[in-house]
Amino acid sequence: MAFDFSILVLAIPLFMFLFLGLVGVKMGKKITGVVGTIAMGVTLFVCYSIALTYFFGTDQGQMVNGVRQSILAYDWNWLTFTDKLVVKLGILLDPISAMMLIVISTISFLVHLFSLGYMSDEYGKPEKGFQRYYSFLALFTFSMLGLVVATNIFQMFIFFEMVGVSSYLLIGFYYTSPAAIHASKKAFIVTRLADLFFLVGIMILSYYTDTFDFNALMASPESALSSAHGQTFMGCSVMAWALTFIFIGGAGKSAMYPLHIWLPDAMEGPTPVSALIHAATMVVAGVFLVARLFPLYVLEQGAMNIVLVVGAFTALYAAAIACVQSDIKRALAFSTISQIAYMMTALAVSSNVGEGIHEGGLGYMASMFHLFTHAMFKALLFLCAGAIIHAVHSNENSHMHGLHKYMPITSIAFLIGCLAIAGIPPFAGFFSKDEILVACYEKSPLWGVWMAIVAGMTAFYMFRIYYLIFHWKKHEVKEGHHAPHDMQWTMTLPLIILAVISCVAGLIPFGNFVTVDGKALETHTNWPVAISSVCIALVGIGLATKMYYKENKLPAQLKSKFNGLWTAAYNRFYMDELYQFITHKIIFQKVCKPIAWFDRHIIDGTMNLLADMTTSASFAIRKLQSGSIQSYVLVYFLGAILLAAVTMVIVLI
Amino acid sequence: MYLIPSLIMFGCGVYGFITRKNMIAILISLELMLNSVDINFVVFNRFLYPEQLDGMFFALFAIAIAAAETAVAIAIIINVYRVAKKVDISEITKLKF
Repeated sequence: MAFDFSILVLAIPLFMFLFLGLVGVKMGKKITGVVGTIAMGVTLFVCYSIALTYFFGTDQGQMVNGVRQSILAYDWNWLTFTDKLVVKLGILLDPISAMMLIVISTISFLVHLFSLGYMSDEYGKPEKGFQRYYSFLALFTFSMLGLVVATNIFQMFIFFEMVGVSSYLLIGFYYTSPAAIHASKKAFIVTRLADLFFLVGIMILSYYTDTFDFNALMASPESALSSAHGQTFMGCSVMAWALTFIFIGGAGKSAMYPLHIWLPDAMEGPTPVSALIHAATMVVAGVFLVARLFPLYVLEQGAMNIVLVVGAFTALYAAAIACVQSDIKRALAFSTISQIAYMMTALAVSSNVGEGIHEGGLGYMASMFHLFTHAMFKALLFLCAGAIIHAVHSNENSHMHGLHKYMPITSIAFLIGCLAIAGIPPFAGFFSKDEILVACYEKSPLWGVWMAIVAGMTAFYMFRIYYLIFHWKKHEVKEGHHAPHDMQWTMTLPLIILAVISCVAGLIPFGNFVTVDGKALETHTNWPVAISSVCIALVGIGLATKMYYKENKLPAQLKSKFNGLWTAAYNRFYMDELYQFITHKIIFQKVCKPIAWFDRHIIDGTMNLLADMTTSASFAIRKLQSGSIQSYVLVYFLGAILLAAVTMVIVLI
Repeated sequence: MYLIPSLIMFGCGVYGFITRKNMIAILISLELMLNSVDINFVVFNRFLYPEQLDGMFFALFAIAIAAAETAVAIAIIINVYRVAKKVDISEITKLKF
């Protein structure tokens, strides 16, 4: 097999997790970090060689007649339920998993490197729990890589849970802070709830199709769908329900409305973790899931429309909130939600009617492209934010202002990230966003305009953050603190690398590599769409420049003018409060309390009554078991005589 | 004719087993019952199937096993006596609930 070494991709991070977790304490903090980073570098190398062999190699059967094939590098039977229903573990290589390998290993490596600096104090002394941090990073990398190479939906579910766990562990890394504990619990519970739906979806899907395997499902999506033909539930076909449930699972991980509430809180974790998990990799797992099952979704328009509506609404909603947040990490988190919703929408506007799945799959390609570029520039933005937070020891942008003079490298890197996400050519975001917009316009002009507005808001809030951090007014250095400055090379190098990638990633002819059906898809720049989207982005940037470049009264005036709207958006439209209300007031009080009462008094009461009756009865008859054999013998003897007498009487009569 | 002493022996055995408090006496009563059964074996064999010897041999086996069982019982009684310093079973109630 040509891809035999692909098992290393999973083996190295898993080994590093165990090794650093078990031996790390003995090794010393610095060495642990360096060893973890080097091992991640090796993984990075392996991932790149696999992906490059897959995309550019010719001799291993990756390309047949211009169509990229998916390759099963490994496939083991793990659990055999019935002859047909077998759970396998394996490694599946196809365009999207190869692309994800590149994304995950790149970001993960850079985050490992960045954390060497970030997780140390100003004198380079590593923080408490340094080894734990690196071992969890390795665990996360393992689970995420396992997720993208999953051969079947069941393996994917297992790794879905594992990324959830490692995310929980890393959000709660500062376990002494109540906010972090609260956030980690929230993240875990919300995603776990969504995964419950995912599991139900898997069960329905596999019940009707008799398989978990992606390849078997994808080989003939029509027959997979028609296997449940005629079965309906509440007016929708069973398959639509299954796919909707699976989408809910993905929506939980990808923080789609209304399951987005955990992501902003997840920012309590260390910033490099936010960059890795909550910006670049884990949160796109839901998008990846939908993309994986895309041939099914595209045939089931009912489920697809749900994805479309949820995605489009989330994009606008999160963008609106991002415009007013004062905590830079939270603003970036809402920006992430908005951008991921962008990818979901792009998937959902694809169709196989009209031009067929090849041409209609533009949205799919655009979505994957945006996933790739977004991972790069959002990781860049988060790492910049990490560097800034490390320098000024605060998340609030009111403590920053005017840092451009002190941290020029970070400032330029952040600016590049902002330009990329705003969609200014020739930075990465322009190309991917442009293709998403084209796909949206093809679906219907309504969605095109909608997404274009979101793009404008994206440009506005990103530059608002940028100006508030790096300009606005002179930075006030507090008494007794030295001035903030750029960080050492381990922290600036990842920024520079990601900035370079963000500049050039858009020029990759992505349509040649990742498409729905494996054939290369020619993309043309749609000039009216491109020009209009750039114009909207420029308007957004211009507005932000006018309002936030120099200190002025305009934002405050606007705030007081639209006070209600501003407060609502600042409080995230009270979604958290709504959840609190629903869970505490309605579910806990109205549902759980009566159930608990019923459980305690009726069910437990019945059982206790039975037990009490048995006990009292046994106390009453305890005297029978005296243990004295002589009395037993007496009773036995009398009984025998009685029986004999009775028998005799009967016989005689 | 031979069954009458056997019956008397068995009756004595049962009476002794039920009424005695001394463990040795109980053991002796037990032996009495066993031996009366042995007599029955021999007697029935002698009068019903005189050409066969199964009953005789069975009696021999029963005697041998009774001897072994007596040895075990004596050992138990001695051990109980060492621990409890008495052989009166109405007073040995430590293993009761």
